[in-house]
Amino acid sequence: MLANQIGYYSLILGLLLSFILCAVSIKDFNNSNKRISQNIFILSFLQLTFVVVSFLSLILSFIKSDFSNETVFNNSHTTKPLFYKISGTWGNHEGSLLLWLLVLTLFIYLFLVKSKSQPKKYRILTLLFQQIIIIGFFLFVLVTSNPFNYLFPTPPDGLGLNPILQDPALAIHPPILYLGYVGTSIIFSSSLAAVTQNYVSKEWGRHIKKWVLVSWIFLTIGIMLGSIWAYYELGWGGFWFWDPVENVSLMPWLTLTALLHCIIVLERRAALTSWVVILSITTFTLSMCGTFLVRSGILNSVHTFANDPARGIFILIFLFILIILSLGIFFVFHKKNNNNPNSFFWLSRETSILINNWFMMYFLSVVLIGTVYPIFLDVVSAEKISVGPPFYHKLIVPFLIPFLLFMSLGPRLKWIKSEIENKNSLIITFIISVTLTFFIIKNLTADLLFYTVLISVAFFLLFTTIKELFIKKNNNMPQTVAHFGFSLLILSILFNNILSSEIITNIKIGEKYSYQKSEIFFKKIEEKKESNFNSIVAYFEIKNEKGKIIKLKPEIRIYNQPIIITSEADIKTTLLEDRFLVMNLVKGGEYYNIRYQIKPFMIWIWISVLLLSIGGLMSLFKKRYEK
Amino acid sequence: MYGKKVKLRFLFLALILASVILTVFLILQSLKDNIVYFKSPSEIKSLIELGKKKIRVGGMVKEQSIFINANEINFIITDFKNEINVVYSGVIPNLFAEGKGVVAEGFLKDKNYFSATKILAKHDENYMPPEVKEAIGDK
Repeated sequence: MLANQIGYYSLILGLLLSFILCAVSIKDFNNSNKRISQNIFILSFLQLTFVVVSFLSLILSFIKSDFSNETVFNNSHTTKPLFYKISGTWGNHEGSLLLWLLVLTLFIYLFLVKSKSQPKKYRILTLLFQQIIIIGFFLFVLVTSNPFNYLFPTPPDGLGLNPILQDPALAIHPPILYLGYVGTSIIFSSSLAAVTQNYVSKEWGRHIKKWVLVSWIFLTIGIMLGSIWAYYELGWGGFWFWDPVENVSLMPWLTLTALLHCIIVLERRAALTSWVVILSITTFTLSMCGTFLVRSGILNSVHTFANDPARGIFILIFLFILIILSLGIFFVFHKKNNNNPNSFFWLSRETSILINNWFMMYFLSVVLIGTVYPIFLDVVSAEKISVGPPFYHKLIVPFLIPFLLFMSLGPRLKWIKSEIENKNSLIITFIISVTLTFFIIKNLTADLLFYTVLISVAFFLLFTTIKELFIKKNNNMPQTVAHFGFSLLILSILFNNILSSEIITNIKIGEKYSYQKSEIFFKKIEEKKESNFNSIVAYFEIKNEKGKIIKLKPEIRIYNQPIIITSEADIKTTLLEDRFLVMNLVKGGEYYNIRYQIKPFMIWIWISVLLLSIGGLMSLFKKRYEK
Repeated sequence: MYGKKVKLRFLFLALILASVILTVFLILQSLKDNIVYFKSPSEIKSLIELGKKKIRVGGMVKEQSIFINANEINFIITDFKNEINVVYSGVIPNLFAEGKGVVAEGFLKDKNYFSATKILAKHDENYMPPEVKEAIGDK
């Protein structure tokens, strides 16, 4: 009750502070003082505090199961464990927007504190642009999705949280992903500020790179957590489905990765200024689009939850305002710097980074078209279609070959003008990769030529990066680690794809199912009771070709609030392969629908994504720059 | 005459243009091959020719129509005007039940017979795919 009021009024106070902040900073902008007025720091901190208070009071309402709050009523239940009561706070639309707002205000405060060495006018403008975004989100929360709506009479119990969201990975997935999404807002605001101040320079590049890295790391880990969750919770045994909701998180990641690379060129050579700004704008726009597409229910995705179209319209309008504003600023203020050479020598580090950017843009357009085309067609012709994974595979996988090749050669080049050094050792590495791949692929049932080439280049990248890992004077370790992680990622995905096998069948208790030389035995079931669900635990014994028996215990859970049945897969993970068994209940209850999968190198996919982000972290904490 | 630099720039521009056109062409071409159309049972009845392409069929699972054995599951999708028999072997989502909305992906054998390769899962029992909602009208 009280928490509700406090939360709501702190939000309104936060919005008011936004306007005050704008006024104060405009006044300070014209002030001839060298330093930013202390008031701005205080106001920004105050705004952050109000949003934190509001967020905490929502958490409190969830913990106390205060069902006079509509959000709590819709998404919580007294029988839920405490952990999921808390994570339920951001597991719904209203709460997750409040989290957006929290991160927005947190980041602008951190930006103000961390950017003391930057020009004053630039900092104030960044604050102003960020406040425009913040005001938009405040209005969005307060007008269309107030998390503190009051319910009277107070219902005795809540509707409960969707059980598939009651999961540890998904409890931390949204906050981490949002840190990445919202981090791009700082890049957006500050690049606009830098454009107006004609400050898109080496110094700016060095300073904003930190923010690019932070957003990139969080986005990478956020996407990975979502992917892990989909792997074990949805029971399809895959980790990426090219589903629209997944695609919208991948798109900002692609542009952010492109930005991360070309900001290095900016930092070194003060070139590609317009491109950096355009990428910054695009990245944030795509993050916003992601929120819009997921929240508006426009997408027919397997991940879609019931939602409200009115909210979509609001985000859409806000998005258009931001796009028009940013493009307007870009075209009016951006001056091309003619002092710097804009043409690159064809064989140099900067050209190779440009090539990376071209590939990223290509991947982006494939994903974008695949995601947006169905919506477009629906609007234009009312024809309903969906775009399947083969589309993405066909267009992306072949292009990985040149991409990986450039990735192995690019970092070896020097800035400005370069030659390929150590040609012999490169050629030898390449020959080793091809031979190795050939012997591996020959024993498998796969398209020989295509996979040999593809896996060869992946191995080539792996070997070249491994070699660099052991060079003592390697002064670009973060890059090497990240690229090493990427090569490992591609290799594990490819081998995982080629070597996976699965059995799907309907089976009764006590039955045996034999295939090839293996055998699946459905031993028995047991029933268990928890506070928020009842479960049926099945005991399976699987004998593999070598006669070794593996025991797996998949589960079917019947949640009580709301009444939803979910399957919990049982996965035995080893370094070499995952054994994955999931069971579904079929009407009547006599038959159980099971899916048994052997997925090689699954764990290496997660490990390599972690390596990628570790590369990012190392770069973030690296003090000295190579000369 | 144009200088060497201008010529080079023209060449570069032409190259970019060509690769962009090629990219767009490539993407659109693969899009054409890989889109999956959504049809309701009534739309299937009124089809003039049966394509060989993968489609999606959506509607409600008819009451008392699920029949299961060790290898496959049979059921009927209805939009309350027309219905279609579906045969499927594969993973069955937990929210799949009689009287609930369903989207199945697969191939048409004939106008009354659909062989599904996938049944799409939902995450939320209150959620009805927009297509299905439209297919079954306001029921």
